[in-house]
Amino acid sequence: MINLKVNGARRQFDGDPEMPLLWYLRDEIELTGTKYGCGEGLCGACTVHLNGAAVRSCQTPMSAVAGKDIVTIEGLSKTGTHPLQQAWVQANAPQCGYCQTGQIMQAAALLKQKPKPTDADIDSAMKGNICRCGTYQRIREAIKLAANSKPAAAPKAASKKAEGAKS
Amino acid sequence: MSTIEVVTRRSFLGGMFSAGAFVLAARLLPEDALAASGISGVGKAEAAAWSPSVYLGIETDGTVIIVTHRSEMGTGIRTVLPTVLADELEADWKRVKIEQAIGDTKYGSQNTDGSCSIRDFYDAFRQAGAGARMMLVRAAAEKWGVPPSECKAQNHQVVHTSGKKLGYGELAPLAAKQPAPKKEEMDGLKFKSPEEFRYIGKPLPTVDVADICAGKGTFGIDAKMPGMVHASIERSPVYGGKMKSFDDKETRAVKGVQQTVVLPPLVPPYGFKPLGGVAVIANSTWAAKKGREKLKVEWDAGENAAYDSAKYKQSLLETVRKPQKAARNIGDVDAEFAKGGKTHEAEYYVPHLSHAPMEPPAAVADFKDGKVVIHTATQNPQAVQDTVAAALGIDKKNVECHVTLLGGGFGRKSKPDYVAEAALLSKQLGKPVKVTWTREDDIRFDYYHAVAAMYLKASVDAKGRPTAWLQRSAFPSIGAMFSPAANTGQGFELGMGWSNLPFDIPNHRAENGPAKAHVRIGWLRSVANIYHAFGVHSFADELAALANRDRVEYLLDLLGQPRKVDIGARGAMAEKFPLDTGRLRNVIELAAEKSGWANKKSTKGHGWGIAAHWSFYSYVAAVVEVEVDDAGKVRFPRVDIAADVGQVINPDRVKSQFEGGSVFGAGIAMLSEITAKDGAIAQSNFHEYLVPRIQESPIATHVHLVNSTAPPAGVGEPGVPPMLPAVTNAIFAATGKRIRDLPVRKHKLNA
Repeated sequence: MINLKVNGARRQFDGDPEMPLLWYLRDEIELTGTKYGCGEGLCGACTVHLNGAAVRSCQTPMSAVAGKDIVTIEGLSKTGTHPLQQAWVQANAPQCGYCQTGQIMQAAALLKQKPKPTDADIDSAMKGNICRCGTYQRIREAIKLAANSKPAAAPKAASKKAEGAKS
Repeated sequence: MSTIEVVTRRSFLGGMFSAGAFVLAARLLPEDALAASGISGVGKAEAAAWSPSVYLGIETDGTVIIVTHRSEMGTGIRTVLPTVLADELEADWKRVKIEQAIGDTKYGSQNTDGSCSIRDFYDAFRQAGAGARMMLVRAAAEKWGVPPSECKAQNHQVVHTSGKKLGYGELAPLAAKQPAPKKEEMDGLKFKSPEEFRYIGKPLPTVDVADICAGKGTFGIDAKMPGMVHASIERSPVYGGKMKSFDDKETRAVKGVQQTVVLPPLVPPYGFKPLGGVAVIANSTWAAKKGREKLKVEWDAGENAAYDSAKYKQSLLETVRKPQKAARNIGDVDAEFAKGGKTHEAEYYVPHLSHAPMEPPAAVADFKDGKVVIHTATQNPQAVQDTVAAALGIDKKNVECHVTLLGGGFGRKSKPDYVAEAALLSKQLGKPVKVTWTREDDIRFDYYHAVAAMYLKASVDAKGRPTAWLQRSAFPSIGAMFSPAANTGQGFELGMGWSNLPFDIPNHRAENGPAKAHVRIGWLRSVANIYHAFGVHSFADELAALANRDRVEYLLDLLGQPRKVDIGARGAMAEKFPLDTGRLRNVIELAAEKSGWANKKSTKGHGWGIAAHWSFYSYVAAVVEVEVDDAGKVRFPRVDIAADVGQVINPDRVKSQFEGGSVFGAGIAMLSEITAKDGAIAQSNFHEYLVPRIQESPIATHVHLVNSTAPPAGVGEPGVPPMLPAVTNAIFAATGKRIRDLPVRKHKLNA
């Protein structure tokens, strides 16, 4: 039996421990905001947070999430109003939108580490996330919008709040 | 122009055809095909208190429901087309709800492809909105006992000159009793003037953006049905191959796997038919995939077993080195060449490409009692109906196709082979089945963009201007999917930048030679324009370089005086959308101005390139700036796109399409290539099939839209073609290396 937390809620899983977290999220607990794009950690569409760090859920077997805190796009904010989600809407960044949840989760991890990222920081953090529609310019713009929308200390406060919501 | 029959709710429920369907059918479908279809799947809009047309319903609380029959794959069409109607209706956008249509011929064509949603439906949606507005005004006038001319629709109300007002919700039941406008009234409809537009020309956000960013957007791969099982399908690695034998013992031992099902092999013509193979049925996507990995299948590869991209490339090049059939012939190219003046010739090559939308093909189907209900990401729900009906041997009216958001399409999802797989399996198993293609399936079993070779030759005068221009191409045709005998470029393919060279050259011949298809060939964002634009506009740049002339000045000289080019097209579309070199000149000048072309001097490692191309009736020029470092690595600091797409409905969505088009085009130029070896596709996932990532893409694409009141033309695709030659022309400017063989990454730029 594997115990884990998803978006603050305790969960138990007793299926195939080799099953990637991606398919657990999508097929077992119906959190379909996390997307399948390649299954090989090559595209970033399945990005979630594992204990606060961005990981590819398609490359994370269930055996590796025992006792871990998972946050998906559905849990990034209660009402879809994380500063990055707001910035994404403001920039009207999505085209088809399929990769954007993974992009947002990757960017959220970046801003936690680097609240004021440079262009090089953004390239380096986001290069694993493919957007076939080619929205990269707006993704860059949205990350900067979010970074400039609040004081540098804000991400910490936001993550504290999220932790509070879990307990 | 089309007409719209505005019908009342009663006639809807009575089973008569809706207004929109009749109109669109008159333009897009043979009338008998329309007559054969029935009305199915009555939607919310039709059940609304008042439904003046197929596109529109107004509830008594004032909610306006607009049916969008086109698929949303990232262009914004689900938002943008309804805004056209809402604008003419004088509706308050905040009170508009969008309803996605199921597949049904009553809507006219739903094939969201060819950059035609606005082009084909702008007029119809305006008429629907204006017709409904006329009925609302009449209803208010009747209630007040005043002439309609004293009343005006304004922001969800009808207002009388005295100041009296009635909201659309209150008016709905009264308007429903109004007689439908007569044809002559519709013909005489007064549309808004551009100054009166509420939404047209404004950057309205898309209706789905917040849901998408919250993870609540529902794509085909997210669709589910109660009790569904999951399928993963093993297919012949070689196109057209047949299964000899299979062993599923180990597969069935995998936990979660329920059974395997053999799908019948393909029979030509292949069209949109499913490929066949062995399906592994399981209780989860993961178990199906895991079980499939244990499957042992022996294939008879069949007639395409020897397909090899390296050899095929040579055969295409040999074809274009010999005279072929002319698609267009002006003057006498041979006589001009025979004069023995200065000539230049070059060969170009563009490989196969895969669509690789971020969401791979997926569908869920439930077959029960002779009917099938489907939820899928499709560009063409009516093609789903046709394909599934044929596969199952049922009438298409028994195929109910619900359209989700599409995680990218680019042409892949107008081919519903994957939907038919789900439907076949559901029929066989008697329960809902979801088919999810892996990324490897998507890349190995695509309808590939055609590989193409081109040969160009020109003779030039003392100023370097062509006196004769010969071009020859060979590529496997999309037509081969539908008619196996089709082994040359079809008219629609040659019409995409080959048989309509816009240059003013006295002697010109465009030829095309035969090429057999050994994989499925399909249209991919901008289709044949991709290779044609690359060949033609690379060659133009080569001639300018030989003449040592400024590229912008040379291009304008090639185009000559503003004129309408006779490209052999006749009929209403040709009249509505002529190829006007004046508009092409204009976008070249605009791109040059906005990019600061006149002040840019290319130096070693830093260069600018330009190309301009007409496709989908839009005029687009691209100026690309490149930096090539000592290691040969290429960056794109800036791209300037100037586009004349006619009337712009939503400038933000138009710009976003050109931003994305610049990435898509640069990616094709630099990175992407599909190859076959021993009949099978050699690439499987994004480590082998390379598509542009953030650091490889243009950093800043500036889109400059021409302010135009010309009929709206294509937007989704025309940004792609000029990017390829603009990229390689810029690389030439920065390095002196002329790349004629894509993708660029195969070449060393620092040698």
